[in-house]
Amino acid sequence: MTTIAEYRTIAREGLWTNNGVLSMMLGLCPAMAMTNSATNGLGMGLATAAVMTASTLLVSLFRNHFSQEVRIPVFVLIIASMVTVVDMCMNAWMHELYKVLGLFIPLIVVNCLPFARIEMFASKKPVLPSLADGFFVGVGFALALTTIGAVREITGSGTLFADASLLLGPAFKFLEMRVLPADTGILMMILPPGAFLATGLLLVAKRMIDERSSKAAQASVAHCAP
Amino acid sequence: MSSQRTLIHGLILGAFCLGFGTLLVMTNGFTKDDIALRAVEDRQNSLRQVIPDSIHDNNLATDTLVLKGDQGNEVVAYLATREGKVTGVAFETSGSGYSGAIKVMLGVDLEGKILGARVLSHKETPGLGDKIEVKKGDWILRFTGLSIGNPPFEKWKVKKDGGQFDQFAGATITPRAVVKAIREGLQFFDANKTKLMEFKSDKAQTTDTEAGKATAKEATK
Repeated sequence: MTTIAEYRTIAREGLWTNNGVLSMMLGLCPAMAMTNSATNGLGMGLATAAVMTASTLLVSLFRNHFSQEVRIPVFVLIIASMVTVVDMCMNAWMHELYKVLGLFIPLIVVNCLPFARIEMFASKKPVLPSLADGFFVGVGFALALTTIGAVREITGSGTLFADASLLLGPAFKFLEMRVLPADTGILMMILPPGAFLATGLLLVAKRMIDERSSKAAQASVAHCAP
Repeated sequence: MSSQRTLIHGLILGAFCLGFGTLLVMTNGFTKDDIALRAVEDRQNSLRQVIPDSIHDNNLATDTLVLKGDQGNEVVAYLATREGKVTGVAFETSGSGYSGAIKVMLGVDLEGKILGARVLSHKETPGLGDKIEVKKGDWILRFTGLSIGNPPFEKWKVKKDGGQFDQFAGATITPRAVVKAIREGLQFFDANKTKLMEFKSDKAQTTDTEAGKATAKEATK
């Protein structure tokens, strides 16, 4: 049985310690291509999280039914099917968002992140922990994309969560805000070079926070030692 | 032994393919109708922006005529009719922008005056060239009401080229492409005007659309 503590570890690893983009450095293609606004980052992140949760669940369910030799084609098959299902459902029922992200949804197939979690975790562990792992790593990915998108959108266009109501519904209109006056943004930040800059800066920020907290932990250990 | 194992692997993989193939077929079945509906809605939305509701009583998206374009390409014309008579037409025209084609939906009335123009898709630089979108600026609205002759043909250019349309700071190629696309669209309309009128008048007699029936009923009353 998996204990609560173990689930907590899974959540912490997925969201922060082992974050897909900022630690494992996987799935960087959508992380950079789709984050010229926080809303786009969030949409792409949520679509990826949905695919990851569904495919880790399925792989874990069937983990005793396929042999080691054919596991890779089976993983590819499962991820590709889930991506196609998400693609069709979004086209039918979330059409406004689909018009923005549609071109990039098929890219989730070649995102290494779902594949890595399936190979390392879901193909070996029971259903519930695998589901939790897929969900938290997916949400961690979505958070990273939203953060990169927010940094680029604020510096590039001076807005935050523009068009969020198209993605989440009219109730989320309050998220849309203008941070800087119109036409003051640095155009480069919403163009491809901005993706590299923003991702690099966030990597630095995460390393600094991690280092500080590990120093603090060491200091407290040293202090407590007799 | 080993060939038997290979067979088993093949069967396992085959079974998975069959299972997930079935899942995809089912999802396709569930979403197919909605997806088709969304595509029609998209087309109607873009048509509604270039043809005012007040001048027609038919369904623009279904009353279409396929014409030959200048480069031998096919252009779909969406006809606006009121009580069976053509009142306007909308069609797509395109120009080559800074990075790829800019597609413009153009609505024109019978005198060749622009009812409305909207950019459908483009890949121009965000923040510079994207002011041609109606969401980002009102530049494209200035074309409404203009025709060839007003301004004169030589003035259908951006100011930098001696015409009368504003370019944007830092982006000349994009507005130049849009102006050219619209000018060519108007010329295309002139070239095909008679064909458009004729077609509709015969279609009105044989038509079986909802709008046609409604007009017929009105007439008998």
